[in-house]
Amino acid sequence: MYRYDEFDHTLVAERVTQFRDQVRRRVAGELTEDEFKPLRLMNGLYLQLHAYMLRVAVPYGVLSAHQMRRLAHVARVYDKGYGHFTTRQNIQYNWPKLEEVPDLLEELAEVEMHAIQTSGNCIRNVTADQFAGVAADEIDDPRVYAEIIRQWSTLHPEFSFLPRKFKIAITGAPNDRAAVKVHDIGLRMIRNEADEPGFEVIVGGGQGRTPMIGHVVRGFLPVPDLLTYLDSVLRVYNQLGRRDNLYKARIKILVHETGVDEFTRLVEEEFAAMTRETPQVLPGGELARIRAYFQPPAYRDLGKAAPTLDLALATDSAFAQWHAASVSAHKQTGYAIVTISLKPIGGIPGDASAAEMEAVADLAETFSFSEIRVTHEQNLVLPDVAKEDLYAVWQGLKEAGLATPNVGLVTDIIACPGLDYCNLANARSIPIAQEISERFADLDRQHDIGELKVKISGCINACGHHHVGHIGILGVDKKGVEHYQITLGGDATETAALGDIVGPAFSGDKVTDAVDTVVAVYLDQRQDGERFLETYRRVGLAPFKEKLYAAR
Amino acid sequence: MTASVVTANRLGDGAVVYLAPEGRWTGCLDAALVAQDDATEPLMAMAERGLVDRLVVTPYVIAVEDGPDGRLASHIKERIRATGPTVRLDLGKQAAQTGVTESCHVPL
Repeated sequence: MYRYDEFDHTLVAERVTQFRDQVRRRVAGELTEDEFKPLRLMNGLYLQLHAYMLRVAVPYGVLSAHQMRRLAHVARVYDKGYGHFTTRQNIQYNWPKLEEVPDLLEELAEVEMHAIQTSGNCIRNVTADQFAGVAADEIDDPRVYAEIIRQWSTLHPEFSFLPRKFKIAITGAPNDRAAVKVHDIGLRMIRNEADEPGFEVIVGGGQGRTPMIGHVVRGFLPVPDLLTYLDSVLRVYNQLGRRDNLYKARIKILVHETGVDEFTRLVEEEFAAMTRETPQVLPGGELARIRAYFQPPAYRDLGKAAPTLDLALATDSAFAQWHAASVSAHKQTGYAIVTISLKPIGGIPGDASAAEMEAVADLAETFSFSEIRVTHEQNLVLPDVAKEDLYAVWQGLKEAGLATPNVGLVTDIIACPGLDYCNLANARSIPIAQEISERFADLDRQHDIGELKVKISGCINACGHHHVGHIGILGVDKKGVEHYQITLGGDATETAALGDIVGPAFSGDKVTDAVDTVVAVYLDQRQDGERFLETYRRVGLAPFKEKLYAAR
Repeated sequence: MTASVVTANRLGDGAVVYLAPEGRWTGCLDAALVAQDDATEPLMAMAERGLVDRLVVTPYVIAVEDGPDGRLASHIKERIRATGPTVRLDLGKQAAQTGVTESCHVPL
């Protein structure tokens, strides 16, 4: 993985020193809250319902075991023993004390971590496919480009005060696990007719109060043009994006109001001018330098046979069930990718205790070349596990309470912190997730239902990705009482779609019953091996709506 | 008749506090100074002192009402602020209340 150079170290260390002084000045009364707030936000420090919240960046979701141990240490020393992994592949701490945050950041800087680009109207921490570099279906390793984008975007002077925040996601595989079509810019690696790798550039996607699927503005962008093209898109947005209305300031609104063709023309015009005046192609030498950081680890020559695994699968049904849900194909023969569910039945989605973080770090060190990934679905990944070690990994996870075999199933729920923690929320998300999780706890039933993505947001800002949930749940405030609007048919993948609203919102005590009803209709309508989404696309909203509101 | 109190977050750790008599700040909603019939301007003026003294951040007015076990914030968001995350009863003010007589005291 990428290691900081001298420049990175200096930048992060200087930022900690600056913030330490800013905190000192705030406490001493030299800065008012109005003056201090933008400074703390630039360092990822929010003020939430009960306390400050610090959002720490995990660039493109990649962590070392060493870094994970430090995150556990931070949870223990500076927080209340846990952290919350988010849909932006970051981690949030819910209880840091203002005057301790500089020390906390200094400890993070020691392991090449920070909270830059986790707030404010800048280019936020870039996100990527959690299987980057190891996925069997990959065209090229997106971490290389994600790191280049990180270096380009960090403290970019021209793009530090954009009309609104700006999120870039990248996938190197045709199967989109990074939700690139619902980001401000989505980059999807493809090959052209000459078999050269490049990017399909998708702009203007997003969730929030005005959800939109992004538009392809460039069908094929050669790799050397990446940064110049991103500069062009950002320049057009920075110049024309609205600054008069917070709710219309994202690039999706600009693309929508300008029209895709005209927006594309403006970007291409800017791109042509930039290329003509100062060719800013990505130098091949720089690309190679960054790529060198992402060389594959020292894989053993394992061959296809995995007798230990085969025996365990044949004799231990609990392991087989976990394997079916949690293990994905690896590009290296003899290896597999393990997704670790952070969704225990009845638990809080994405939360991990310090002990759990350390258990994952131990397993990564022993079995996965010390590397860990964070997924936008609030789970963790061990990307490089020998198939022969899978049984031992499962036993280790089981001992740590991290072997819930529900990845991709109905209880693998995304939920934002909601009104239990968040100042923006209208309703609680976590208790709804917990109740649904408990209702569908039976594993045989979950596996029978198959892939089903439930995503819950506590407000219209959609941190819980409800718009792209197969079943999306949005918390709303109706005269001070929590209600929940249900959408069906959303999809965050390469076949991205926004969910359809089924009808009037349900009160909190009726939501789980409603989800149960939706699942029952699906099972009733399902034809030969259809996934939920396929059945929904075939039969439409009507049968679900009819059943949901029949008794009303 | 409506009743209101002024709430804020403590500067040092963000803990939820309420304006009490004589411009003090308390963690206990029951100990907060109550304005009747929306007469909140004097309370907000008093709360300004907390800003100047760098005790608290962003004070604002909330509605309260009498509940069976004492004073309650009227809106669910403020009820959660007054106690802690409903999904982690071991955290927030509610955790401090366990077995402690001076239940919701948050010293400034």
